[in-house]
Amino acid sequence: MTRTIHLSLDINGGRYDLDVEPRVTLLDALREHLALTGTKKGCDQGQCGACTCHVDGKRVLSCLTLAAQVEGRQVTTIEGIAAENGELHPVQAAFVEHDAFQCGYCTPGQIMSAVACIREGHAGSDEEIREYMSGNLCRCGAYNNIVAAVREAAEMA
Amino acid sequence: MRDFSYLRASSADEARQAALQAGSALLAGGTTLLDLAKCGVMEPETVVDITHLSGLGGIEVDANGARIGALAKMGEVADNVGIRAAFPAVSESLSLAASAQLRNMATIGGNLLQRTRCSYFREPAVFPACHKRNPGSGCSAMGGITRNHAVLGTSDTCIASYPGDLAVALVAFDAVVELGGRTVSVDDFFLLPGNTPERETVLERGEMITAITVPSSAAATNSTYLKVRDRQSYEFAAASAAVGLEFEADGRTVRDIRVALGGVATKPWRVRGVEQALIGKMLSLETVETASRLAMEGAVSHGANRYKIELAPRVVARAILKVGGLA
Repeated sequence: MTRTIHLSLDINGGRYDLDVEPRVTLLDALREHLALTGTKKGCDQGQCGACTCHVDGKRVLSCLTLAAQVEGRQVTTIEGIAAENGELHPVQAAFVEHDAFQCGYCTPGQIMSAVACIREGHAGSDEEIREYMSGNLCRCGAYNNIVAAVREAAEMA
Repeated sequence: MRDFSYLRASSADEARQAALQAGSALLAGGTTLLDLAKCGVMEPETVVDITHLSGLGGIEVDANGARIGALAKMGEVADNVGIRAAFPAVSESLSLAASAQLRNMATIGGNLLQRTRCSYFREPAVFPACHKRNPGSGCSAMGGITRNHAVLGTSDTCIASYPGDLAVALVAFDAVVELGGRTVSVDDFFLLPGNTPERETVLERGEMITAITVPSSAAATNSTYLKVRDRQSYEFAAASAAVGLEFEADGRTVRDIRVALGGVATKPWRVRGVEQALIGKMLSLETVETASRLAMEGAVSHGANRYKIELAPRVVARAILKVGGLA
């Protein structure tokens, strides 16, 4: 018994139509149905932050969000933050500059979280950055360089 | 996660009607419902999305108090200028909870309805015995790893600790839950486990939280939320305290004090014994430490959570000394 629902989603400024089971999360819709695999699946339980996206400009966990819930909202993923000419977002550039990753799996979520953290005005000090980035885990332990990258991007913003 | 049907409610009445059906669950921020559905703890047949309803959000603060719409987000309330000024403990309890992402998702109504839960409750496949999940099936926590379990308000059926922070601040300041047709104090909204640990609140099927109101008071304005935990951030409380204090004109004698505990009890735990012991007294390190020990009246440990009985009074004392200007 598979009942699908039709959704029309606004993702990175483009319109995407899809038919999915109601239980499909935004994360699975992005990765499995729309081939937007930049958003990563870590724990799939809301604990690691790897799946962080923006909905109406706010950072959220796409693994605990139903795709059906975001109809009518603006979704932004890691694929949507660089300039159209390919120039990196300042936070992306700062992550490269500071080598703010090792394996890179948590990086899209870290960057999406950092972009929002700076926009919220919660990147005023290393202490504040650590507190407001605590929902993004990095099992390689690149935290010092992540904080440095966020701080530099915040200072330039 | 088992599949379900999805209904996007277009009015509060439609949501309430849908919620009357057995097997239906209201969906707001989704941080509890989808999490527990993925664990196999909740298996809704119909998910009723209320996030597109208008008129259930918003935060109003005036001289009488605050009214917070059920769909206001945790992060929005934490950062609200009026809440921060008139109810610092409420703002801090939210800022110190969960992560920035979860605070952008989770609503105030949903926050109150997060389950009182333990790690055994979350793993039905590994630990089938759980009176809360399946009444009469037993309890896997008793005799298990109990470091995070409650020491107050427990029963023979359940020792899970209420994990939220916001409700602790709300019970301290006499907040009220609006349920559409009726209002209930936050203190009365939460139930002790007793013989029915599956029932955590007085919310009836078909009812929905519409708003929370918090009356203004001098104690609420001079308040704090102190949360002690194993990690500095993104962690539940080992013990926490919401405290508010008002002095008499002499600036040393206690006129009004509010104390509530988190992380140690089966529901948000107001400790009136500590309050009564301090009203009319001059605040000093000694009076505060003596009174704070009363917070553990009736406490029972279950092995590894014994430390909470030592820790919680110290957290209470530190919070009182902070709002009293003595620390």
